[in-house]
Amino acid sequence: MITMATKEDQSSATLDVNAIRHDFPILSGSTVPIYLDNAATTLKPASVISAINKYYEEYSANVHRSIYALGEKATKAYEDAREKTARFINAPDSSHIIFTSGTTEAINLVAYAWGRYNLKPGDEILITEMEHHSNIIPWQLVARDTGATLRYIPITENGSLDLSNIDELLNPKTKIVAMIHQSNVFGTLNPVAQLIAKAKDIGALTLVDAAQSVPHLPVDVAALDCDFFAFSGHKMLGPTGIGVLYARLELQEAMEPFQGGGEMIQQVTMDSSTWNDVPWKFEAGTPNIAQAIGLGAAMEYITSKDRTLLIQYEKRLTNYAIKSLQDITGMTIYGDSDPRGPVISFNVDGIHPHDLAQVLDQHNVAVRAGHHCAQPIMNRLGITATTRASFFFYNTSKEIDSLCESIEDARKFMGLK
Amino acid sequence: MDDLRELYQELILDHNQNPHNYGEMDDPTATADGFNPLCGDRLTLYLRMSDEVVEDIKFVGSGCAISKASASIMTTLLKGKTRKEAITLFEMFHKMVTTGELPEGDLGKLAVLSGVYKYPARVKCAVLAWHTSKNALEGKESVAKTE
Repeated sequence: MITMATKEDQSSATLDVNAIRHDFPILSGSTVPIYLDNAATTLKPASVISAINKYYEEYSANVHRSIYALGEKATKAYEDAREKTARFINAPDSSHIIFTSGTTEAINLVAYAWGRYNLKPGDEILITEMEHHSNIIPWQLVARDTGATLRYIPITENGSLDLSNIDELLNPKTKIVAMIHQSNVFGTLNPVAQLIAKAKDIGALTLVDAAQSVPHLPVDVAALDCDFFAFSGHKMLGPTGIGVLYARLELQEAMEPFQGGGEMIQQVTMDSSTWNDVPWKFEAGTPNIAQAIGLGAAMEYITSKDRTLLIQYEKRLTNYAIKSLQDITGMTIYGDSDPRGPVISFNVDGIHPHDLAQVLDQHNVAVRAGHHCAQPIMNRLGITATTRASFFFYNTSKEIDSLCESIEDARKFMGLK
Repeated sequence: MDDLRELYQELILDHNQNPHNYGEMDDPTATADGFNPLCGDRLTLYLRMSDEVVEDIKFVGSGCAISKASASIMTTLLKGKTRKEAITLFEMFHKMVTTGELPEGDLGKLAVLSGVYKYPARVKCAVLAWHTSKNALEGKESVAKTE
């Protein structure tokens, strides 16, 4: 539970949002966007952009194989990023960190390299009705190919997991529980620690899709005690094309490779091959070097701030947005769970989300309109789409005022009274 | 907001609020479903052909103002047209919303949707009903997509 700063300590402990905004080149341009689509991807600070550029301009060499200084520098920077990642999520060490192209590839890696070799008819995969498509489709494919059964923890009307039937859903047949940490639609922060503990009791593995939570909350994979933990760089101020799979070492050792190619081998003959040590066994081909370095810079940027202040600030912003949006005629906000992240999905009576987003764009306000890659949630709510505003600590309450004014304007524009 | 008014002309807002030929049909000779994977919008089209002529056409579904108005105007135009005329209209309309060029033939009220080509993300909304009716006219059973 985070409490708001009291008047006394506010002076010593408030976030200097203007200073933060100066760190983001896109917020200092001639036309500054009111960017409220942070759950889709975030803006990038100058330090991240320059870390990426520096690699390309000063030591653009391949990693792990070059017998020259530039290559060694690139290898060090790439492996330093792995170290930073391990520290960022409190993994025991960097060998637990597999770099992927994003959360989607991280989950697919587990579904293919573990799921396909370990699941059989009669086994159950347990996910939730709240998942992003990236934590549904890989399991649907694995279930189809192995004969295992895919089951879902349902959700309630207010956007929380319905755990009333959990003891039946999570049973000795369950081999893996894969769940979203923070909903990209409702913002709900799910009780993953509780579910991980329950899964462990019956011997099921656990995977946490942390794409939406890692950008906003300090996470501790050691304390969570999950088996797999996946997230993306671009939703946490880093570049696109880089993601992380934390995987327990024994599982990495036991798992088959995901993709074959360079880098992931030890010895290759014409008949057979042996695999590289973990985690490189899972990184076939030249990796996304610049992106990994950029992700490391993003983590450094975030950890250079007082994270408690960031959390408090985003919570205040979210509460202010909920309160302001509720004043708009015909407003429906989906989900009211607590704790929650800075994500709000809503609809305005009489305006389709696409039309609303189009009018908002005219006001320079960027929001997401659609099903948010979570069609099971839309089906559960009996709707096809919502508008979603999602915040980051560089957003301001003034921008939320602009959002609400633009929605009022859209109502008028569409001829609503 | 002038640009936006060009996209959302009064006629579009009228058709959005009071769509024509909206509802199910008891005795269609063909039906087709349309789906926009971008936004999840769905549309079902009902068609009753008599010989080669569109005797009646109706639709149900959920969608944005552009997609609903496009469907509504489309149904008013297709009624009474031959299958061949309807396909020709589809081609003219498709060209207009993707290139912005007004076709030589008469598109009638459909011309109000000519501004859509400036908004690439919205072209799919405008063509959903048309792709769906083309499938129904051609007797295709697969779900029409906007890709």
